Amino acid sequence: MGNLYNLLMQDSRASEALKACMNCGICTAICPAAEFFDYDPRQICDTVQRKDENAIEALLRSETIWSCGQCLSCKARCPRGNAPGEIILILRKHAQALGYLNDHIREQQRRMASAQGRNILETGYCVHPDLVNPAQHPEQGPIWEWYVNNIMDVAPKLGANYHGEGPGALREIHQKNLEEIRRIYEVTGGMDLHQKLLEE
Amino acid sequence: MTKRFWNEYQKEIADDHFFYERSCIRQTFFPGSEAAFLRIMRDVLHKDIYDEENAHTCTGIGYHSDFVPLETTMTVVARLFSLMKEKGYTNYVPSCVTSFGIFSEMIDMWQHDPELLEKTRENLRKATGREFEMPTNLAHPSDIIYKFREELKQHMKYQLVNRFTGKPLRVVEHVGCHYAKIFPERGIGNAEFPYVLAGMIESWGGEVVDYPERRHCCGFGFRHYLLQENRGYSVANSKKKFESMEPYEPDFIVSNCPGCSMFMDKWQYTIAEMENKTYDRDGYGIPVLTYEEMAGLLLGFDPWELGLQIHQVQSEKLMDKIGIKYDPDAKYRGVNGKILPQPEKPHVLKQ
Repeated sequence: MGNLYNLLMQDSRASEALKACMNCGICTAICPAAEFFDYDPRQICDTVQRKDENAIEALLRSETIWSCGQCLSCKARCPRGNAPGEIILILRKHAQALGYLNDHIREQQRRMASAQGRNILETGYCVHPDLVNPAQHPEQGPIWEWYVNNIMDVAPKLGANYHGEGPGALREIHQKNLEEIRRIYEVTGGMDLHQKLLEE
Repeated sequence: MTKRFWNEYQKEIADDHFFYERSCIRQTFFPGSEAAFLRIMRDVLHKDIYDEENAHTCTGIGYHSDFVPLETTMTVVARLFSLMKEKGYTNYVPSCVTSFGIFSEMIDMWQHDPELLEKTRENLRKATGREFEMPTNLAHPSDIIYKFREELKQHMKYQLVNRFTGKPLRVVEHVGCHYAKIFPERGIGNAEFPYVLAGMIESWGGEVVDYPERRHCCGFGFRHYLLQENRGYSVANSKKKFESMEPYEPDFIVSNCPGCSMFMDKWQYTIAEMENKTYDRDGYGIPVLTYEEMAGLLLGFDPWELGLQIHQVQSEKLMDKIGIKYDPDAKYRGVNGKILPQPEKPHVLKQ
């Protein structure tokens, strides 16, 4: 048995994610990503369980594993209780760790680490209205621009505590909380991944 | 007799004393819904619910977009549980459906792997000096509203009934994928027959629209929405749902997921701008409400305090159908009645 397959199976999620795929294809049939991209979760399960090292390495280096939208509809529907969407998380983790990303995916991961990744460390949340720039989000429509431009007057009406002390939506997050998040990142590998993605 | 499959999938939901944790997407796009939930709990149901100011993201968006590793997410979740322990609560209520999925997954992994639980305890201790316990009860706020739906009905001023025809309103319910698709046994009605929103709709006088793509994802796709060039995936999935529900002429859509509620509203605007297409007869779009907005409206809360004015599809026609009284002049006023400039109108979607 080769190294890559063993590496994938050592992940604490692996035993629940891939028990035994019988190639029925229900996951692909209901997968939103399979409908939109050239993507086939059935083939991914099969490639991994065949334990063909060359095929697994090709999969890890491919763009196809980045097509999954993580809705996990596959987990709900699989008659064998597999979770192709969880296998994807394991494959992506190792593709990043082994340096197998192509330039395109690497640049995409860098952008997310630089935006939402930084948001977590600096605001305590992945998303914050100060950081959803209407110019970069035309799909949010004119109402979003109106809300952002008038947030000081509108947010309190909606019960939010915009940059305020104490509890509430959009409150200022105390530095002590941000510092604890940062320490958790340092202790658990989150900071290493964050820095790695930013540098690449 | 019709077999009620959802009846076979019930879950235990605590009765009182809840620890509430806010959501990244909801505090951004639906702060009025989080406020309405707390108001319903405290002022209508007279429950004890703690709003934790030291809480933060669960990192779920980063986890599912692969820029936050599992071990980090797991320990961040442990910190959130330590805050609950510190405040003396055991019933955890995350505002977000993705957080609900993340917490369910972490608890499941800890329950199956005691060494992993111990490792997480060590990591949290090392990073913060904190200790944590798993909640005895984990419920999404929609579970709680569902549990008390009949009690809430006693306080409601309006029903989901068209006052012009006397017929039930036709409602599309959209349950967020991570509510029950990851752990079907943790959702009311399972992943295939989720009843959490349908139960509210039926109790409050409406009729649930059963359409072919009812269980299809809204298309958030985590990295696919975060990356501007991938947003076609997101809008295409919502479009598939709109096309599937259109023939049933729904009066509105209700969702229990932060992302779904926002996307199904905003993608209607996008599709209207791109393709000159709306999915209702009159060109206004199909209003999309959160379950708190739906409950709040029926309870008589001010729609502009709920935040309906910051949706792109407007809700006045829906409120007129129900007979809800509202002040049109107050719509674009700020706190203390300050008059604000009017928002720009979309080119296609009528307002």
